[in-house]
Amino acid sequence: MAMLSFERKYRIRGGTLMGGDLFDFWVGPFYVGFFGVTTLFFSVLGTALIIYGAALGPTWNVWQINIAPPDLKYGLALAPLQEGGLWQIITFCAVGAFSSWALREVEICRKLGIGYHVPFAFSVAILAYVTLVVVRPLLMGAWGHGFPYGILSHLDWVSNTGYQYLHFHYNPAHMLAVTFFFTTTLALSLHGSLILSSTNPGKGEVVKTPEHEDTFFRDTIGYSIGTLGIHRLGLFLALSAGFWSAVCIVISGPIWTRGWPEWWGWWLNLPVWR
Amino acid sequence: MKTFFIVLGASIAFFLTVAMFGLTDWDRPPLAVQQSGFRGTAMAQIHTRAGAAATKAANLAPAPADPAEPGEELAGTTYENVQVLKNVSVNEFNRLMASMTEWVSPEQGCTYCHNTENMADDSLYQKKVARRMLQMTQALNTDWKDSHTGGAGVTCYTCHRGQPVPSNVWFTDPGPNRPGGFIARNNGQNLAAPSVGLASLPYDTLTEYLADKTIDNNAIRVNATTALPTTKGKPIQEAEKTYALMIHMSEGLGVNCTFCHNTRAISDWSQSTPQRVTAWHGIRMVRDINGNYLEPLLSTFPKNRLGVLGDVPKVNCTTCHNGVSKPLNGAHVIDAYPELARATDTVAANPATPMPTAPAVPPETAPAPQ
Repeated sequence: MAMLSFERKYRIRGGTLMGGDLFDFWVGPFYVGFFGVTTLFFSVLGTALIIYGAALGPTWNVWQINIAPPDLKYGLALAPLQEGGLWQIITFCAVGAFSSWALREVEICRKLGIGYHVPFAFSVAILAYVTLVVVRPLLMGAWGHGFPYGILSHLDWVSNTGYQYLHFHYNPAHMLAVTFFFTTTLALSLHGSLILSSTNPGKGEVVKTPEHEDTFFRDTIGYSIGTLGIHRLGLFLALSAGFWSAVCIVISGPIWTRGWPEWWGWWLNLPVWR
Repeated sequence: MKTFFIVLGASIAFFLTVAMFGLTDWDRPPLAVQQSGFRGTAMAQIHTRAGAAATKAANLAPAPADPAEPGEELAGTTYENVQVLKNVSVNEFNRLMASMTEWVSPEQGCTYCHNTENMADDSLYQKKVARRMLQMTQALNTDWKDSHTGGAGVTCYTCHRGQPVPSNVWFTDPGPNRPGGFIARNNGQNLAAPSVGLASLPYDTLTEYLADKTIDNNAIRVNATTALPTTKGKPIQEAEKTYALMIHMSEGLGVNCTFCHNTRAISDWSQSTPQRVTAWHGIRMVRDINGNYLEPLLSTFPKNRLGVLGDVPKVNCTTCHNGVSKPLNGAHVIDAYPELARATDTVAANPATPMPTAPAVPPETAPAPQ
């Protein structure tokens, strides 16, 4: 694969975390590295096991394929392959592949001498996933509390898990997570529309500068966070959404087993008006 | 000034955070979980192990009294003014009276219902209520046996738990008295009432759904039965009332929604658990109790036993279940008191024949249609 003219200066040796020079090379445009190899290994094995699990199952309908975790009776032990054991190995592969990818991003950051923002942001997504399928099942004492791998089946799991706490919208961390998800969407829509409008001027006009962009939001809402600030804000909002999602599920079960509306009893019990 | 407000805001946020963590009755592992659906569907009951043990200990059935000596004398012919327990031997009758005292008025004793000068006297209202409650108990153990009470059955203790008035009875809740003003009506909701598990849902949903025996059988059902709308459908307020009732049932039985429903299709019977059938009949049973046994006692109860609107005390799921899915941990309390599981208001021709006893088979609930 041909190399773009400016790519040569980004292909810097070193900066690896593992394997030294052994995997420090590129295949076409892709950096390999030790963690590129482990990513490939885990993702190919995991995907193959998902296909194997689908082949064992009753359907090839992509919506209905379901790789379910073990029964709760197996606790934290290994389950037979066809009764949740596949789910356990696939989960291991998924965590391995996601973590490898994040570490590969770290190596690339080190090569380029840039900050670790990208692997950090991806790590928050991994944290949410690991919380869901590893941390919470460990705290609750059975791998069966993980969610099933399937397009519809994981939605059914979400529905029932919510109703295990009678009314999940009363979960305070869920409230925060939902608010951050909505806010990150709002911020992206404000920012995206602003960029599109300033880079697509009317006929005969020139592309607008950040001064125009700032002025638009100062006129509209009295404040503009600025060209760099909006990206920091966007990252904060998006990561907060993922972080509080992890919190809202890890507290449901391990430290709260009743209906979430009841949790708000602390407010009714404030010594001010109790 | 700005600094002042920053400090004030930070202090309030700090104290609220401390209060939030400190005043909340958090749970902690280890958990006791019962799975009820296929693996990975998250149909499971989640309790802490300590909480489950405490609930179990709080719902122990009392030991039954020693069996009565066999005898041929019938209470209906021996004693005066026996109206319900006529076809019961005198020994059994006296054993039941002693047990009822233990179940209902252990502190007050016989005099809670009886004028000890003349046991046949009906002057105390408690005695008239007790008579009706005996008829109710017999109906619950016969008419409702197949659909709800099962082989476990009920005795006075199932609800009373050693108290003359069961702790979990309810009255119609008219809500706060609002003379007017900006929020003149609360639409019967937003009170964080214990009856709906502190949710903002309508707090007096029981009056409509559990106290009215003539209510339409589909009143609680709000889900559409067709994929596309064919009529206007039910308003969202109806759905909130149903949700409120469902929260009551969950709290009363110490279970979550997945005990009866696979929530991907809450209304679909073919995806629900068998328990939903038992619960469906339970709702009808509660209406029967409230409408046919408690409402008629309106003139019997003294004023101080009635609610603020002058309504009789009523039962709901919690009255019997008291936080467990099977009252008294599923103990077959009726086995030792067969006279409470049959009609006894007529004297049998041959009292010497053995009393028919409730068969000790596990409750047979109709399986959910597949």
